[in-house]
Order: sequence, then structure tokens, then C-alpha cells
Amino acid sequence: MIVFDGVTKKYPDGTVAVHDLTLEAPTGKITVLVGPSGCGKTTSLRMVNRMIEPSSGTISLDGKDTGRMKASELRRGIGYVIQHAGLFPNRTVLDNVETVPRLVGMGKKETRDRAMQLLEQVGLGADYAKRYPSQLSGGQQQRVGVARALAADPPVMLMDEPFSAVDPVVRDQLQDEFLRLQDDLGKTIIFVTHDIDEAIKMGDQVAVMRVGGYLAQLAEPAYLLAHPVDDFVADFVGRDRGYRGLSFQAAPRLPLASERTITLGESARDVDDDWVLVVDGDNHPLGWVEPRRIDGEVTSERLHRGGTVARASGPLRAVLDAALSSPSRRGVVVDDSGALVGTVRPHEVLTAIEEAERPVVENPDNPGAPAA
Amino acid sequence: MTWFIDHLGEVWDLGRQHAVLAGLPLLLGLLIALPLGWLARRFRWLYAPFTAGFGLLYTIPSLALFVILPLVTGRGILDPFNVIVAMTLYTVALLVRTVADGLGSVPGAVTNAATAMGYTPGKRFFAVELPLAVPVISAGLRVAAVSNVSIVSVGTVIGVQQLGLFFSDGFNRQFYDPIVVGIVACIVLALLFDAVILVVTRLLTPWLRATGARA
Amino acid sequence: MIASTWQWLTDPVNWSGPGSIPNQILTHLWYSAIALFVASLIAIPAGLAIGHTGRGRFFGVNLAAAARAIPSLGLLFLMVLWLFPKFSGSSGSAAFVVPSLIVLAVLAIPPILAGAYAGVEGVDPAARDAAKGMGMTGMQVLRRVEIPNAMPLIFSGFRSATLQVIATATLAAVVGADGLGRFLIDGQKIRDYPQMAGGSLVVAILALVVDLLLGTIQRYAVSPGLTGRRTSASRRGRSDGVSGSAESAGRSNTPLDVEISDPRRTVDSQPS
Ligand SMILES: Nc1ncnc2c1ncn2[C@@H]1O[C@H](COP(=O)(O)OP(=O)(O)OP(=O)(O)O)[C@@H](O)[C@H]1O
Ligand SMILES: [Mg+2]
Repeated sequence: MIVFDGVTKKYPDGTVAVHDLTLEAPTGKITVLVGPSGCGKTTSLRMVNRMIEPSSGTISLDGKDTGRMKASELRRGIGYVIQHAGLFPNRTVLDNVETVPRLVGMGKKETRDRAMQLLEQVGLGADYAKRYPSQLSGGQQQRVGVARALAADPPVMLMDEPFSAVDPVVRDQLQDEFLRLQDDLGKTIIFVTHDIDEAIKMGDQVAVMRVGGYLAQLAEPAYLLAHPVDDFVADFVGRDRGYRGLSFQAAPRLPLASERTITLGESARDVDDDWVLVVDGDNHPLGWVEPRRIDGEVTSERLHRGGTVARASGPLRAVLDAALSSPSRRGVVVDDSGALVGTVRPHEVLTAIEEAERPVVENPDNPGAPAA
Repeated sequence: MTWFIDHLGEVWDLGRQHAVLAGLPLLLGLLIALPLGWLARRFRWLYAPFTAGFGLLYTIPSLALFVILPLVTGRGILDPFNVIVAMTLYTVALLVRTVADGLGSVPGAVTNAATAMGYTPGKRFFAVELPLAVPVISAGLRVAAVSNVSIVSVGTVIGVQQLGLFFSDGFNRQFYDPIVVGIVACIVLALLFDAVILVVTRLLTPWLRATGARA
Repeated sequence: MIASTWQWLTDPVNWSGPGSIPNQILTHLWYSAIALFVASLIAIPAGLAIGHTGRGRFFGVNLAAAARAIPSLGLLFLMVLWLFPKFSGSSGSAAFVVPSLIVLAVLAIPPILAGAYAGVEGVDPAARDAAKGMGMTGMQVLRRVEIPNAMPLIFSGFRSATLQVIATATLAAVVGADGLGRFLIDGQKIRDYPQMAGGSLVVAILALVVDLLLGTIQRYAVSPGLTGRRTSASRRGRSDGVSGSAESAGRSNTPLDVEISDPRRTVDSQPS
């Protein structure tokens, strides 16, 4: 557990970057610091491994005051991932990952095995081990950065906008992969981002900061979306928060209609509907077609692929999106293996949302908060 | 100090000649290096032979060049023309690479945008690429200026009129004052060139001043 | 002229005996090596310190600029006048050689210093930050991250210095020391122009050969990650652009001095 206790940072030029911050980052959880540019996120993060020294207040790690530890030793026990990865261009990927284990004097063989395994875990096979950073894409470099931070198996990780320098698709992948990794590793993580979506996705708890280094609100993501404490947080959390809040609500039992399907390669001529769902041999949905416009068999090129697919066990947000995006206005719902279970219409999802209880999440800091 | 005051006129005269011998070749060298550097950039395969080949000129000892050049130009050994040619060669040696790298430092996006706006290659060079390459070229020019001032003084060995004559004068008479005055005068001249180049660079690159970036 | 130069160069008389071409080459190299060694001993630690701490930059840079402006010939005469009495007891040539070495070292310091501090300064700030963040001490950051990554520019500065020193070591002959400058001075005295031209040619070739040699050493001393098939330029393209090293490399695109041969050897000279 990392505890900030009344921490203030005033830079020599007078800027107060962090103002009397008190915050707990619980063991095994991801705590996200989010806020507009210049609000003191990076400063807060870097005070944990003492890359920046606090002006007042203390930060403790599992009860021990970090200010009393030797900075370099403290840092070796903390994984640190930064925006542009900061890989050492003169070292191969493998050597980069092995840096900290070597620093702390871990055995050669052990280090190597661990590094290779980590590279595997972040999705880079042995092929990449001997490459140099300049031979990697931005996303791959970022993966190596994560592997490097994990190499000495530190219980604590600090991540400063680790995924912000890559395109949205890769970012999404990296986030998913990292969450999966974290499920196994259970590190205590402080994660900095200025992107509220990323905060909500990654965080077990989210600390919203405002310029001047003030903590505006600390809450679990769902609670934050439902109950922003003030205009600033409400504004920062954004317009779509009602919709996004659905991400945290599992779909209740929806009235699923069974859907008439045809298999790819069949003819759609005798279907008497505007749209019909096409599936593959395993009953996995592929897309919609308009039978009226097709004579002969249905080929892959004719498929309308605009609709998204929701898992029955997934969040309401995905189900609503499936219904809204489907050309037939019938949202496709599948089971965990990806096989079709049925379809659902937008108004049915909305009814389900209305009938579901408004989520009340205990605010960890403020148990008496009104349940709106 | 008294020696300096007594010989002020002489210092001034030789200093002026020194300035011409070192300064004029800077301009000539730059004029020659610009098209060569452009070629080295325009045709990539020319880059290595050009930068290496012209760089090689710099390894010719000045001592020899000052003596042999008159044989090539057919002018008298004390004719300043020879020194000007020699110093121009050294300047070109330093600047071809600088110009090529300077032009190369212009971001590709900028050149592309200029092309897309309809600049012809020639216009683009003068309107876009050259101005943006000024900081790098200027850095190279400063090195060349200082180096020229020092090399010109080697002309002493053959008796060319410039500040270096104070060195041999003092040396022959075992007398420090002229040497020290000569050295200080050379340094002042070099710093003067440096200052002029800096000022011109600043005038040519108002956009760097605006953001407080360094040239 | 060309023919007679060739004749001088190939005359067996010039290839043996005390004042022969091979002997003068060795002496020339010896002077140059000592001067470069002494200059490196001063300039590399100083440059690394400036680059690592960021302190003394103004002082160091300006001192180096001033040192560049000192006319070598003037300094040489001054040093000989000053040191000659001090060496009068010792065996002959030291009185000329030591001043020459000092002049050459002064000449070599600015480019070596510039290479070292520009190299360290140009290291990707993110890499430096990461190194510190993972618990390296200041010395470890310097040794494991900054110096290896500064290697291309350190070499670049050293090679420029080497070229200048080899070309300028000819001046030693003006005050009576040995080295390839002898052929120029002796040739001038008796108007033996082929000897002068031949001597210059030997100097130029020597400079070229030494530079190629250093280039080869550099190839082994510098990590392929810095010179390999991809350069900072293409990496910039791939990592969405904003890597610190690429930026600063672009800005520190000041030619350190003279450069010949292999264009790949400076990180900042790569055509993009
Ligand atoms: N070394 C410094 N000296 C003075 N002021 C600083 C320094 N570093 C940061 N600041 C200031 O402190 C404030 C907080 O900076 P910080 O880097 O922590 O912001 P941030 O929340 O990480 O912002 P961003 O999202 O842009 O990364 C800013 O106003 C910044 O200008
Ligand atoms: Mg930040």
C-alpha cells in the first residue's frame, strides 16, 4: 500500500504542483491519477520513487517512510513505465529487460529466463529479444517498457501515461493485455493518464485532480460516473457519462428473441424480411444481408458488418451499442464462446436499463454520500 | 601594453588585411558550398563522396598550400589572391557537409507542404529550405570563421601581410609583446566574426527568437 | 610538377635513413597521438561532466570557443619562447617538441569536448529518466546509459580533432621539431616544390588512413542499436514522433568540425 499523507510539492520557481495530497493506493489494485494537463499528476507519481522530493508531507510504502530509504534502493523495488518507454537505444530488447535484475545482482541464467518469459507475456516472442529499440514500433517499444519494469518482479509499479504515445487501436490492445497481466500479477499500481476513458477502464479507483495539485475526488469508476462531487469533476468526466456508466452494469436477463439465420454460402432468396443474419458453420454471427438485393448465394463481400456484437454476460453498454449499431435494429447477442444466442431491440435494452436499479457504489472515502 | 599602443597603426593595418584574407573566403566558400551541399542532398549517392572528398581538402597542410598554390595560379608568392584561394578551399571543405546536413535538418513535412503549395524546386530552396537550414549552416560557418583566422596567420611563413607577422617578429627578436598582441588581435578578430555571424543568424531567423529557442 | 612529385615520393633515398618518409610518419603520428591523448584526458571527462550535470555548460562551451580562436602558430612561438630556457639543459629537441605538443593539445580539446558534452546531452531524456527511475546511481546512469549512447558523437569529435591535429602537426617543423612538416619547411628553403607537394600528400593520406582506422574502431565500439539499419530518423516515424533523442539530435545538428569519409558515423548526419 502506498500512502500519501499531506504531501505538497512546491517547485523552486514557486509553482505549487501538488497541494496537500492525502491518498491511499491499496495493495494489489490500480489507482489512477487523472486530470487536465499540468494538474500535478506526474509530480505526484514521481514523488513516490523520489525522482522528485516532496516539499512537505510523507509518502510511505507498506508503512515505511520512503523519505528514509536510500533513493536508488527504493527505486529498484518499484517498476517505472513512462510515456515514450525510454528504452536504452544502445541495448537489445533483452538487455533492456534485464537491466534491473542485473542491477540488483540476480543470477545470469535466472535473469535471462525471466526476461524471455516476460517478453512472451507482453506479447513479444523470442524473435524480438535480439532486436534494438529502433527496430520496434511504438507499441512494441511500450510493451518492452512494461516488461522491463516488471523484470525484477517489483510489488509496486508507477506508470506515467504509458500508452498515450500509440494509436487508439494499439492503445486499446495494450490496455487489455495489461489488465489481463495485472489479473495474474496483482501489483500495487499508480497509473497516470489525462484520458478519462483510460482512467475508467484501468482503474480500481480513480483520483481526479485539478490544476494547482488538488485532489478533486477519489472514487471507484462507476461511482465517479454516477456521482461527480462538483462541476469540475462532472465536466471532466464528460458528457457521455450516463452512457459510459453502463459499462459497469452487467446486462440483466434480457428478453432475447431468437433470430432466423442463414449460413454463409446459402441462398437468401426465400427469406421474407428486410435483413437476415448470416452465421458461419459454428453459429458465430458474421453480419447482416438484405435478401431483396441478393440473388444467388450469400458471399462474404455482401455482408453488412456495421453492427457490433455483445456478450450476454457483458455490460449493458455493449448490449445497447449492439442494438443501436445493427442495421436491422436488432442487436446481436452471443455467449462467451461467441455463438449466437439471440437478438434484442433498443427499446428492450432501455426498458431493462430503466428497470435495473441505479447503481449505488459505496464511496470508499465518503460512506455517507447520497445515493442520488 | 606600451608596445601595443606604439604599434596601434600597424596592428590596425595588418588586422584589416587579416580580416579580408579570412573573411572574404568565408563568403566565397559559402557561395560555392551552397550548390555543392544542395547537390549532396538532392542526389543521395553524392552525399558520401562529396562530404568525404571535400572534407579531405582540409587535411592539406596550410603551410604547403600557401607555397604551392602560387605555382598553380601563376601569381606571385606574396599575392593575397593565393591566400584567398587557399582559405576558400578550406572553407568549402568545412561547409559542404554543413550545408548538406543543414538542408537535411529541414523537416520532410515542411518540404512536402511547400511542394504541395506549388513551389518549384528552385523557389522552394530559396524560400523554404535555405532559411530553415540557416541555424545549422551558421554553426558550421562559425567554426570555419574561427579556423580561417587561425590558418591565415600561417601565411607568416611565406611573409603574407597579416597579423601573424607579429608572431615571427617577436619570435625572431625573442620578445613576447608582439606575439601576445598578435594572438590577442587574432582572438578578437575571431570573436568579431563570430559575433557578426550570430547577429546575422538572429536577423535571418526571427522565428527562433520568438519561441526563445537557441540557434 | 606531378611527375616530379611522384619522383620524389618514389625515390628510394627518401624511404630510408633518419629523416626518411617512414621515420617522419612515425614521429608525426607519435606527436599527434600524445597530443590527442592529453587532450582526451582533459576534454572527455570535462565534456561528460558538463553533459551529465548540465553545470558549467556556459563556461565550458565558451572556453572551448576561445581555445579554437587561438592561432596555433602564435601559440607555438609563444610556447617556444617561454619554455626554451627551461629546457636548455635537456637534450635538444624537447624544447621544440613540448611546445608543439601543447599547441596540438589545445587545438584538439574543443572538438573533443564538444563531442562529449553534445553526445551526453543528446541522450534521450526518457532513457535517462527511466535509468534513474529504475534505481541507477548517477555514475551508473553515466556509465551504462549516457556514455554508450554518446559514443557516436564522442567519436565524431575525436575524429575531427585527429584530422586537425595531423594537419597542424606540420607546424612543429617551423620551430625545428621533426615530423612530416620537415619536408614542407626544408622544401621551401631550397625551393624544392616536389618535396613540399610530396610531403603534403603524405600528410593527407596519413590523415585519411587514420580516419578510416578510427572509423573501423568506431563501428565495433558503438552499439548497433545506434547505427544499425534504422536511424533515429526512421524510429521517429515509427513511434508517433516525439522521442526526445530524435528531437535533440536534430537540434544539436552542429557539425563538430571537419568530417571526412563515412557519413554514417555521426548520429546527426544521417540523411532523413
Ligand atoms: N521542474 C519544474 N519546475 C517548475 N515547475 C514545474 C516543474 N515540473 C513541473 N512543473 C509545474 O508543475 C505543474 C504540474 O506539473 P506535472 O508535470 O506534474 O503535470 P501533469 O499533471 O503531469 O501534466 P501533463 O498531463 O501535462 O503531463 C505544472 O504547472 C508544471 O508547469
Ligand atoms: Mg505528466
